[in-house]
Amino acid sequence: AHSFALPLVLFSAFWGLVGIAAPWFVPKGPNRGVIITMLVTTAVCCYLFWLIAILAQANPLFGPQLKNETIWYVRFLWE
Amino acid sequence: REVSRNRASLCGRLRDLRQYLHVLREGQRFTSLPVGPGVPAPPGSAATCLTVQPWGGLPIPALLLCLCSFVAGVIHPWRVTAFERLLWRACRGYLVASFVEMPEPMEDPATGESITWVIFLISYWGEQIGQKIRKILDCFHCQVYAYPESEASRTEAITRLHGQIQELSVTLEETEKYLAEVLDKVAQVLPTWRVQVQKMKAIYLVLNQCSFDVTKKCLIAEVWCPVRDLTQVQDALRQGSYQSGSSVECFVQRVPTSESPPTLIRTNKFTAGFQSIVDAYGVASYQEVNPAPYAIITFPFIFAIMFGDVGHGLLMFLFALWMVLYEDSPRLRQGTNEIWLTFFEGRYLILLMGAFSIYTGFIYNECFSKATVIFPSAWSVATMANHSSWSAAYLATHPSLTLDPNVTGVFRGPYPFGIDPIWSLATNHLNFLNSFKMKMSVVLGIVHMGFGVVLGVFNHVHFQQRHRLVLEFLPEMIFLLALFGYLVFLIFYKWIKFSAADSMVAPSILIHFIDMFLFTSNAENLPLYPGQVPVQVVLVVLALASVPILLLGTPLYQWCRQGGLTVGAVPVQPLATGDQEPLLEGQEAGNSVNATTEDVESGGHSPDAKHLDFAEIFMHQAIHTIEYCLGCVSNTASYLRLWALSLAHAQLSEVLWTMVMRNGFVGLSYVGGVVLVPVFAAFAVLTVAILLVMEGLSAFLHALRLHWVEFQNKFYVGAGYKLCPFAFAPDTWE
Repeated sequence: AHSFALPLVLFSAFWGLVGIAAPWFVPKGPNRGVIITMLVTTAVCCYLFWLIAILAQANPLFGPQLKNETIWYVRFLWE
Repeated sequence: REVSRNRASLCGRLRDLRQYLHVLREGQRFTSLPVGPGVPAPPGSAATCLTVQPWGGLPIPALLLCLCSFVAGVIHPWRVTAFERLLWRACRGYLVASFVEMPEPMEDPATGESITWVIFLISYWGEQIGQKIRKILDCFHCQVYAYPESEASRTEAITRLHGQIQELSVTLEETEKYLAEVLDKVAQVLPTWRVQVQKMKAIYLVLNQCSFDVTKKCLIAEVWCPVRDLTQVQDALRQGSYQSGSSVECFVQRVPTSESPPTLIRTNKFTAGFQSIVDAYGVASYQEVNPAPYAIITFPFIFAIMFGDVGHGLLMFLFALWMVLYEDSPRLRQGTNEIWLTFFEGRYLILLMGAFSIYTGFIYNECFSKATVIFPSAWSVATMANHSSWSAAYLATHPSLTLDPNVTGVFRGPYPFGIDPIWSLATNHLNFLNSFKMKMSVVLGIVHMGFGVVLGVFNHVHFQQRHRLVLEFLPEMIFLLALFGYLVFLIFYKWIKFSAADSMVAPSILIHFIDMFLFTSNAENLPLYPGQVPVQVVLVVLALASVPILLLGTPLYQWCRQGGLTVGAVPVQPLATGDQEPLLEGQEAGNSVNATTEDVESGGHSPDAKHLDFAEIFMHQAIHTIEYCLGCVSNTASYLRLWALSLAHAQLSEVLWTMVMRNGFVGLSYVGGVVLVPVFAAFAVLTVAILLVMEGLSAFLHALRLHWVEFQNKFYVGAGYKLCPFAFAPDTWE
């Protein structure tokens, strides 16, 4: 069984590291601003995208409809 | 040049002399014969010898010969027949003309080709005929030579000519040698000369653009210079004056101007590609916020949403990586193919696009249209089968069955990273995916647009227009958030709050949203949360209230600030603010100063002009309001193309798999293995051509459109012009 909380915490922490913590460690140079912008934007975009994907599946309103051959095969394969 | 001319004239003289010699010789042949010209041509002469026999073959007594005069010359062989005929007609037979070809071909002075000339000797008597003949000769451009009467003088002339020719040949040889030497020397220094000339030309071209100052003693050039580089320019000028040893120094001085300065955004090789796609829409106005640093990530990200496939993304990433790693190789840089150059210029862009596509590919769980099972699937088929007792016989009679999430144990929590792999096996795959992608597009679109509006804040702050913060930014944000931010909230709320237990009665967000605008309600559509209707009413009223603020706020504020119609109370902004202020640093999140219409307009206008200006401001603001409000709706819908294109891409790759690649695995024998090779070749070619190139370009285009239109029209003006840095233009090098 998959928990919902664990991936949420993990990924939030990961993208939080990328977007909030890493900008402090970018070395000073002419490109510092660009690199910080890139890090923050990446973190926001990727985190949001992942969040949408997991939230959309958290409470499914309907299930997958499978062909009988698939059911027959997967039933024993994925257990 | 002189040497060449001398040589040419010498050659000409030599040629003339030679011709004369030949004429004399041949003429000699005719006239030395004691018999008249009626004698046929000497045998053994291969030349065409024409003799005109006007007297019907009767020999002319030699006596007559002494009375006649001779004209000798050379004529172009093509003109011989015409010449003959004309002579015959004009002189009515009172002449005798003989033609002989020259033994050796000579150069034609006019055309330079070597032609075998025809020598002619005309004997005639009578002065008038002589004149006629000479006129005809002139017409035909023949070379005429004096023909001495007596034989002795003729031989003398011949020997003389021989001597002259000898001397001339020697002189000519010397001249040629000398010419060759001179040319050699010149050839050695020619490249340096050419470079010097080009440099001078370029310098003069630039100097032409300067103007003279009052005293006409020095040149003044008006340039735009970034303030940051001012000291550098001064140093360079000082060094230049010192090195050229001039007594007067060049110097640079700041000059106030009311022109709008050009925009300079400094980029390195990485950011240049992204800046160019922003500039392709419009160069940023002077000191406006630059969307390019954000576009570095958002553009590849939006592309990747439409392209999402691990396999295709990986291919794209590797291709771009190859270009980036070998970017210094001259073979890559000097390609002349325009399409290749376009790809090469955008190598970093493609690199990021590929990288993000790999990420979104993992989220979509698509790798060449196949799902990967990184984590175990969230849906348990076995539990469902056991629960509903799906025996083999039962399965045989039912071609498709649905897993019900209401049954405990069937759905075991959301798949931690991306879309669950079971959906790629499901027949109602698209039902789920469409709902997911549609909502995702709307959410991302509203976030993107909101970000665009927020970027406008930087503009307002930088250009000291804080009133716009309250009068424009606030209403815009309220409008956007109250309506579409609420929609995003509804989407997230429904995802969190509603599950399979109440799937039968789950409300439709779309119907709720439409009802919200129409202030109606639908009985079958349950509210998402208690108190939904009053909340929605409040939000709609708020949004509608923000429209007139947006419409009238700024113009009224400006009108009030200008104190109505009094001229004296006009606070004139010093025009210096429009000068060479620090230019935009493209690297940082923009601090920008915009020398806009307001500064220029508020300076010293007559009251009439102010009135007109107010009308213009009002109209401008009305257009902006309408554009913004309608745009919010249409642009949100426009973001649905993210859904549409990702669906198209997924379907195309699935088609390629099922119809092409899978057929390669059908035959399980060794022959099947051999068949697999051309099948894979077809699959690879189609993947690259259709999915990578065509879909890539399509997604690129749509991502670009989303940036240019939906994102940038929230804050970007883009009416500037680029700074052309001073450089010697390459077309002056020719």
